[in-house]
Amino acid sequence: MSDIKKIKGDYINKLNTENNIEKVNKIKSELFGKNGIISNEFKKLGSISVEERKKLASDLNNIKDELQNKISIKIQEIETKEINLKLEKEKIDVTLPERNIEIGKIHPVSQVIDEISSIFSEIGFSVEEGPDVENEYNNFTALNTPDNHPARDMHDTFYLDNNKELLLRTHTSPVQVRTMLKGKPPFKIIAPGRTYRSDSDQTHAPMFHQVEGLHIDKNINMGHLKGCLNYFIKEFFEVDKIKMRFRPSHFPFTEPSAEVDIGYEIKNGKIVIGEGNKWLEILGCGMVHPNVLKNVNVNPSKYQGYAFGIGIDRLGMLKYGINDLRAFFETDYRWLSHFGFDPLDVPSNYRGLSR
Amino acid sequence: MKFTVDWLKNHLDTKFNNNQIIDKLTNIGLEVESFESSTSELDTFIVAKIINAKTHPNADRLKLCDVDIGSDKTIEVVCGAPNAKNGLLTVYASPGSIIPKNQMKLSVSKIRGVTSYGMLCSESELLLSNESDGIIELKNNKYANKIGEKYFKNTSEKVIDLSITPNRPDCLGVRGIARDLSAAGAGKLKINKKPNLKYKGNQNINVTIKKEKAQGCTTFGSCLIKGVTNKESPKWLKDKILSLGQKPISAIVDITNYVMFDLNRPLHAYDADKIDNEIIVRSSSKGENFEALDNKKYILENDMCVISDRSGVLGLGGIIGGTRSGTEYSTKNILLESAYFLPRSIRKTSKQLNIDTDAKFRFERGIDPLSIEEGLIKASELIKQICGGEISNLDVKKIENYKKTIINFDPFLFEKTTGFNVENKELIKILEKLGFNVSKNKKILKLEIPSWRPDITQPIDIVEEIVRIKGYEHINTSEPIKTRLKPTLNYYQKLFHFLQRSVASKGYLETVTWSFTDSKINQLFKENDEEIPIVNPISTDLNVLRNSIFPNLLFYLKKNLDRGFKDISLFEIGPAFKGKNPGDQLTVIGAVRAGKISRLSWNDKERIVDTFDVKKDVIQSLYEAGINKDDIIIDDRTPSYYHPGKSGGVYQNKNEKNAIAYFGEIHPNIIKKLDIKTEGLVIFEICLDYIIASKQKIKDSKSEYKFSDFQKSERDFAFIINKNFKSQELVNIIKSVDNKLIKLVRVFDVFEGENIPEGKKSIAVNVTIQSEEKTLNENDLENINKLIISSVESKSGAKIRS
Repeated sequence: MSDIKKIKGDYINKLNTENNIEKVNKIKSELFGKNGIISNEFKKLGSISVEERKKLASDLNNIKDELQNKISIKIQEIETKEINLKLEKEKIDVTLPERNIEIGKIHPVSQVIDEISSIFSEIGFSVEEGPDVENEYNNFTALNTPDNHPARDMHDTFYLDNNKELLLRTHTSPVQVRTMLKGKPPFKIIAPGRTYRSDSDQTHAPMFHQVEGLHIDKNINMGHLKGCLNYFIKEFFEVDKIKMRFRPSHFPFTEPSAEVDIGYEIKNGKIVIGEGNKWLEILGCGMVHPNVLKNVNVNPSKYQGYAFGIGIDRLGMLKYGINDLRAFFETDYRWLSHFGFDPLDVPSNYRGLSR
Repeated sequence: MKFTVDWLKNHLDTKFNNNQIIDKLTNIGLEVESFESSTSELDTFIVAKIINAKTHPNADRLKLCDVDIGSDKTIEVVCGAPNAKNGLLTVYASPGSIIPKNQMKLSVSKIRGVTSYGMLCSESELLLSNESDGIIELKNNKYANKIGEKYFKNTSEKVIDLSITPNRPDCLGVRGIARDLSAAGAGKLKINKKPNLKYKGNQNINVTIKKEKAQGCTTFGSCLIKGVTNKESPKWLKDKILSLGQKPISAIVDITNYVMFDLNRPLHAYDADKIDNEIIVRSSSKGENFEALDNKKYILENDMCVISDRSGVLGLGGIIGGTRSGTEYSTKNILLESAYFLPRSIRKTSKQLNIDTDAKFRFERGIDPLSIEEGLIKASELIKQICGGEISNLDVKKIENYKKTIINFDPFLFEKTTGFNVENKELIKILEKLGFNVSKNKKILKLEIPSWRPDITQPIDIVEEIVRIKGYEHINTSEPIKTRLKPTLNYYQKLFHFLQRSVASKGYLETVTWSFTDSKINQLFKENDEEIPIVNPISTDLNVLRNSIFPNLLFYLKKNLDRGFKDISLFEIGPAFKGKNPGDQLTVIGAVRAGKISRLSWNDKERIVDTFDVKKDVIQSLYEAGINKDDIIIDDRTPSYYHPGKSGGVYQNKNEKNAIAYFGEIHPNIIKKLDIKTEGLVIFEICLDYIIASKQKIKDSKSEYKFSDFQKSERDFAFIINKNFKSQELVNIIKSVDNKLIKLVRVFDVFEGENIPEGKKSIAVNVTIQSEEKTLNENDLENINKLIISSVESKSGAKIRS
């Protein structure tokens, strides 16, 4: 027995210093192989007395467990070392660039339209559309702007025929006419879209965008108009306070009419909305003229309400600090990348209008 | 409309200061565009300092001075003054200045071979004294820190410039503005005293207004002023005319202009001696012509309202006079005209002839028809004062009498419209100050509308008058009403939104381009659509409505390529026009992709963009926007601007005429014509209007969840098949063998060439087979394999590759 113990001690020592997996395996078979030292000891058990056998078997089992344990730990140890060594060799430079990312962007006009729609959706407006080509009646006459009216001079119109019957709409207001003609009151809509006027300079483009608003019901008055626009402007510019001024003006299709100015100041060369002593005109509005309601078969003694028209491009320029209107439509890759929005930036109420 | 505060005070007694007046004007709807001094000819004379005075290289008596005029750089001026020396403060006149002494305009000039930018001035040149022996020497203590400032103070009065809306002709005269201000509590309107004029004799030039259908004149008032001496206007009048931004001409012309701006009453003065016998107000005949005071010759159409004499046309009534009867300094006798012309007639004539004058602007908006005599009297009085002469009795010819407008107004309409209440007493006071005649009939107010307010025709106009004078700040700000009448967006609006963001998320930059384009590019893309020209385009290269989005997209793609960008993905969503009537338009996405994939990648092989890149983009976008995968069929019918062999159409239905999308390479001829230089160019388009709206909402369209846990098997097949046979059909044939068992068919290899006969290709597919009822055994699978091979071979003429 003491031999066995000595052998065990020798092998433990051997294993402690051994670092070669093959040699460890060799030791394993020396001990536990068919004619291994330990295997042979177990074979011998049959030839000794029961008494002795019990004791010896128990000792032998302990030695076997101890050695086997030692061997498996050793194997694991060597394997781990080898793997680590191998992985170390496989190291790559993770600071090399990733595969090309292709980044798309949403145009600021589209983003602003979505922001506007989201805000008005919150207070119950739905979105209507109308064609870019309009007839003279919907664009002017139905909107209380007869042919001989000087107000027509305020709009430089693109025409598609010599009789001036077909034109590119000069504002989104004809959508009011179309909406009211095809439905019955109440009406509560906004209508964003392209509009066209034939002037072109640094601050005017022959095509631009407007959003029309219309709310007609039995008791809608100028207080509601003021409340609605106040809400919109505050939400849009994402400010708590807004300085806003309603000023009498004239549009043939609303009466009374107003223009709305917002307060601003220039700080570090940038426009800051909502503060300061300067006024910036941003929209026109008013109570829909009874003549317009009559023209679209709505009884003005029963129904009344407001309409407004806002320049979308201008709002975007103010909110996002864009200086040049013409650049909106010039498809400069650099400009689009710079001012465009991530397609996942969908303006919404719960996620916030903008990041 | 321009005027000075002084002028306003001729009509208004006010304690308001300038700023209060400005604010009040804006608050009552007379928008102030600006309030500033009119520019003066003396603004260009500037305090300057000579930094360095050295001798002129070519002239001993001249000096070359570096002059500090307060800007970043010094200016070089040649100067002959003996006293020009370093450090001297003096007065510099920039090029363009008019030297007061000799009225010469200064220009940049070379003096003895050296360019002089402006001039240093002597006192005599500036008419300050007779001292001409050198340039002005300014005192150091007074001027040392004023370098760059104007030397002369601008003493001209500040001018208010109003933007008057087209409904307010009455405010195109200072008196009307004063009246509005007085109604708003800014002072008291002064009473217009009727001057005590002596009239002598009759106006003996006969005036006839012809009764014609198209007659544009209803009243023609006139008087003769005999024995006048026309001359330069006195200073006060010149100043008034200058403050309007106009040039004084002569006393008579200046007076008629002054009255027009003062009372909004246009007048015209004729040299009475140049009138041939009589005045006839009539409609023109086509071809008549005259030379107008703007020195242009106009050829008239039929039915334009002209003032004529026996020899022909003298002028266009209410628009412009003619040179034949114009007043001059030598004019002795004047016929003064004060008439009423119909806005419609004025507008039509001036549009046809393209003339814009101050008189036309006013008549077109509506002049007070009862101001005819007031205008004649005021102008006659001034002419007599300044030019002398004798005034005849006034002669007023009419073919129509003025009718009063009466409106019955229920004050409740005010509260109903504005949401707040104004006491009747205050309301009446406002209206009376605006010139309304108010009488009460129980609750209803009977209002007689002032003759100068043609814009007021119905009760809502009265509401506006009251609320604007009362002030918009009194309108409450109500909480928004949140009631919703219907969903915010309909199906197609949602589709627009989804597709827009879906395409952008594939790496495309969204752009917005004009709805019009160059017909030359457009015709490459218009297919069978009609061309839609714009009658008055902004420029000749934007002369038609776009039939497709691609003309603009490719135009701008080229611009960006020219800027040096190589890999460009752009798209636009917007209208494409199919006809010139309202509604003849489709909402379309157009997208272009140019260049390479993985350019300069350290680990991926770079390659040119191809048809299957855009096919992926378009199909994935459609899926993401909710188009059912199984409903999509690909076909190779495409518009002619696509490469005929490398493009496809996406259809939702076999029998559908219109594709919902196209994708592929653009036709090489077009790339050549447009001279686009890029390695690769592929495009796609989606027509939103052709997509069939899904009738189901997502909540209804999710089918029952079924899955199979039985083992699935995959089998590969390779077929030799005709080159033109479409892989989509092959896949369909295989699927139709057993729709239940065959879960998926994937094409994983296609090739032609080596070992493949001419005109054939090899297609390899991977088929996934799985039962929902049991695990398939070898036998089952073998049977399906055989079925697949036999079906494909019989239906497509293919042969299985062994």
